[in-house]
Amino acid sequence: MKQVLKESLPTNGDTSVLAGVYGPAEVKVSKEIFNKATLEVTLRPKIGLPGVAEKSRERLIRNTCEAVVLGALHPRTSITVVLQVVSDAGSLLACCLNAACMALVDAGVPMRALFCGVTCALDSDGTLLLDPTAKQEKEARAVLTFALDSVERKLLMSTTKGLYSDAELQQCLAAAQAASQHVFRFYRESLQRRYSKS
Amino acid sequence: MKETPLSNCERRFLLRAIEEKKRLDGRQTYDYRNIKISFGTDYGCCIVELGKTRVLGQVSCELVSPKLNRATEGILFFNLELSQMAAPAFEPGRQSDLLVKLNRLLERCLRNSKCIDTESLCVVAGEKVWQIRVDLHLLNHDGNIIDAASIAAIVALCHFRRPDVSVQGDEVTLYTLEERDPVPLSIHHMPICVSFAFFQQGTYLLVDPNEREERVMDGLLVIAMNKHREICTIQSSGGIMLLKDQVLRCSKIAGVKVAEITELIQKALANDQKVRKEGGKFGFAESIANQRITAFRMEKAPIDTSDVEEKAEEIISEAEPPSEVVSKPVLWTPGTAQIGEGIENSWGDLEDSEKEAEDEGGSDEAIILDSIKMDTGEVSNIGSQDAPIVLSDSEEEEMIILEPDKNPKKIRTQTVSATQVKAPSKKPVKKRKKKRAAN
Repeated sequence: MKQVLKESLPTNGDTSVLAGVYGPAEVKVSKEIFNKATLEVTLRPKIGLPGVAEKSRERLIRNTCEAVVLGALHPRTSITVVLQVVSDAGSLLACCLNAACMALVDAGVPMRALFCGVTCALDSDGTLLLDPTAKQEKEARAVLTFALDSVERKLLMSTTKGLYSDAELQQCLAAAQAASQHVFRFYRESLQRRYSKS
Repeated sequence: MKETPLSNCERRFLLRAIEEKKRLDGRQTYDYRNIKISFGTDYGCCIVELGKTRVLGQVSCELVSPKLNRATEGILFFNLELSQMAAPAFEPGRQSDLLVKLNRLLERCLRNSKCIDTESLCVVAGEKVWQIRVDLHLLNHDGNIIDAASIAAIVALCHFRRPDVSVQGDEVTLYTLEERDPVPLSIHHMPICVSFAFFQQGTYLLVDPNEREERVMDGLLVIAMNKHREICTIQSSGGIMLLKDQVLRCSKIAGVKVAEITELIQKALANDQKVRKEGGKFGFAESIANQRITAFRMEKAPIDTSDVEEKAEEIISEAEPPSEVVSKPVLWTPGTAQIGEGIENSWGDLEDSEKEAEDEGGSDEAIILDSIKMDTGEVSNIGSQDAPIVLSDSEEEEMIILEPDKNPKKIRTQTVSATQVKAPSKKPVKKRKKKRAAN
């Protein structure tokens, strides 16, 4: 059983999240699953104690990770993802997803695909803004966050806040899929640099 | 995750090296590791790296009512958290001892030394004061958490700017960041903790122990001092007994170290202020990007969304229309409404039959119920009786009421006839059929 901690600090503009992954490692008997790995996600805010918002984000991230991590290869173990918000300037959930994915890749956890997070904001006159800042998020009519996988750009997770029509939803999704290409290219290039060193 | 225990040979190796005045990372006895201070984009945010030990500090402020016995003073709140990414042993529920010790020491160092002027945090006496909250997160544990944390705390406090407030008679105006420039806190002096680790009952001493050295040390002496050589806090833990001149020597060393560290802090703060004033880019993204080969940055990439609308319309036209949802809420009483009818209870006909069989048994004779439960073969027979239900039609006139104690014998023998096996359950079966007819 390897206990490996890998850290990644993706920065979307000014939002940065530090992610660390432990695992596959020993799991408490109460939490063990007999045929796959138990995935735990912890998100720590910068100010104050973790609250309900953090719990809900943890759950979203965990569901996304469980969909891609090949847990069946490591039964009765635990894979822990720890996220620490270093600075928040909008699109926090998308940044957390990117950090988690890179940390999992760096730690060597087997996955069936990579995933990335993209945030989309719709403002009052219907303009679509990708990767909004905190100010744009506050003034927007709706904020949508999607997690997309790298193989076929399929949707892994979506969470939305605000009012929008179904046409707008499909538009945002299509835009997010286009944006995810850039994010995956970034992953590829930064991983190349990382492993070219050794 | 449990902490991996230190092996005996590693312990002996470290102690022998210390006896020979050698440290594993090549430092001298009184050397500190490299200290690196970087700031974030918001005021009051900093990351301090002492070797590999990393602490993130953030200061925030809020207007609250003051404490009853200190109506004219602001409130200071410190919180150090050992994040799970600092070490595998730091699980959320498990680190109370160390956490309490560190938090308490940090509070004594910063609050009791009165380094922040709390009177200046008062806005309206007895009603509104500033509450300054310092959150420290340990990101990586490589020894000497308290030194790194105290540096992070004082740097964050010096870097922080609170919103400007003006009081005119009864009117209190709180200016936002756009209206007026935020104001720094008034800080009298900068107390910094310096740790000394003792080995072999106080014979050998090391400044700034790293994680391995901390594991094999006998005791720890922490001296918090400011650059004017005033001791703010002193704490000796671990049960080592130190001589007076040892403590005095440590305090002299601490004086030298604190002067160096304070100079470093002033330089970092001045640097950051210069960059902000000149309008250059600042923040963590800048501070990490240039140094390492593993860091990678990509400029803002515009996304071509010109065909997004067409794609979306295609998808919508090909998609099935959503099913019609007719919602007519029925209001039963104020506060209780019902939408929809719900579907029929579909908890299985099999279980239905079992339940009824037991029910019948219970209502007629308690003994029959017991016998049904005792013979597991019996119960399964009831459960799988779809075919027999139909057959029993012709056997109704053969209904025999059997004594319960005869049942076990009947089932044990191989030559038990089908009718006899079914007999004990005939009554319930019959009754069940009747019920079905009624349904």
